[in-house]
Amino acid sequence: MRNALPPLVVALAFLAGWQLLHGMAGADTISSPAETVAFLARMMGTAHFWLDVGETGVAFLWALLLSMAFGIFLGVVLGLSSTAGEVVEPILVNFYALPKVTLYPLVLLAFGLGMSAKVAFGVMHGLVPIALLTRNAVTQLKPVYWRTAKVMRLTSAEVAFRVILPAIVPELVAGTRIGFSLSLLGVLIGEMFASKRGLGFAAVNAMGLGDIRTILAIGTFLAVFAVVANSGMLCLERALRHRSAGR
Amino acid sequence: MKHRGLASIGIVAGLVAALQAACQAGLVKHSVVLAPSEMAASLWELLRSGAFTHAIWVTLTNVALSAAIAIAAGFAIGVALHSSRFLRRGVEPYLASYYAVPTFIFYPVFIVLLGVGSAPIIAIAVLLAIVAMITATLTGLDRIPGVLTKTAKILRLSPVKQAFLVQLPAAAPYLFTGARLAVAYSFIGVIASEFILSGEGMGYAIAYAYNNFDNRTMYGLMLLIIIVVTVVNAGLGALDRRLQSRLGR
Repeated sequence: MRNALPPLVVALAFLAGWQLLHGMAGADTISSPAETVAFLARMMGTAHFWLDVGETGVAFLWALLLSMAFGIFLGVVLGLSSTAGEVVEPILVNFYALPKVTLYPLVLLAFGLGMSAKVAFGVMHGLVPIALLTRNAVTQLKPVYWRTAKVMRLTSAEVAFRVILPAIVPELVAGTRIGFSLSLLGVLIGEMFASKRGLGFAAVNAMGLGDIRTILAIGTFLAVFAVVANSGMLCLERALRHRSAGR
Repeated sequence: MKHRGLASIGIVAGLVAALQAACQAGLVKHSVVLAPSEMAASLWELLRSGAFTHAIWVTLTNVALSAAIAIAAGFAIGVALHSSRFLRRGVEPYLASYYAVPTFIFYPVFIVLLGVGSAPIIAIAVLLAIVAMITATLTGLDRIPGVLTKTAKILRLSPVKQAFLVQLPAAAPYLFTGARLAVAYSFIGVIASEFILSGEGMGYAIAYAYNNFDNRTMYGLMLLIIIVVTVVNAGLGALDRRLQSRLGR
């Protein structure tokens, strides 16, 4: 209970700040926290909102799955060969730091409008951090694992699935957690430019209309979803690390 | 280390050459991707014509301002959080989830608060960059060896002297990592905001060229952004590695 108090106080302070902003900016410009929640509840009662959520959700799930599959594969390959890893890592780090929005027209021209462009954009954001974290985890594996695998004459596929992957599960969860937020961001930004459906489109539409109430409602929905999912994965990660440290 | 760096550059050069060959062989449609040589030519033209000098200037100024604000404020907040256990326990769970929130969504809110122009763009970029600096400051202050603090106590340094002579130099490598990330995030925040909703800057210029099917200008500007960001990040990264290697001594 004592642990829950400080975050709660900070959350209340944040809400108070929001309320203050609402008071200062004038009645109709920025809706208050209570209004936003009420409006969000009303939006969540409409079928249209859930269509948008479904559209974004499907694109996001695809982006996350592809980011994880390719990211983990790439990370393991780069982790196994130190030369390849050291050569490719700076390229990946650089790509990660690029403002990828600017590459959006390229993605659109290559994939066309619609689902595949959104997914591709999500993967562009999510893949690199997963690959980098996986590589890091593989390179820091205890040498005794490698020697044991060698003694048992495991094939490379067996080494990958029986030794490496189980050993790096906590780092995989950490990578997934970061890939999760970035894929979501990528898909949302994708929807802002190249879609007629989804939460990103709803948000950019509201931006065009200057409809702050809708923007705050969608933003709150996404923020709560992201923070809850992230905290859940953080708990899982800690539990897994604890378990693997205990052995 | 040198050889590895050359090999990385070689790989990139190889990819560029492959793209060039694919474009010239007609494997990639001209309406989709321009040949790298054409992108470079376009970049040269638009730099020489001066048509985008203003946009480039606006973007770089905004990035510099956002990075400066994020680094200064992030450091101050980090120090404050480090000194209060209650605040730190209250804020840390949110910091861990912070980057999961798509900050861009709130851009219009800042337009209402700060008006049109550079201010809301800087605000978004600062929001994106500041948390990296706060986290780095906390890590840096956490890792100061106990013996340094004890020595400072024995020498009876005043808190101000202690901050500048002991804590700041000891935490510097971590702080620099934070600053490097803050610069990278400032670039992302400024250019993405310009791209989404703005009337000036390089991000806007790309969006504008894209909407007008002006692929030549668009790819020229994209190349410019990629080069500028890569050079800045690689420079700061090299400095960062130097500072980090000092840590090991």
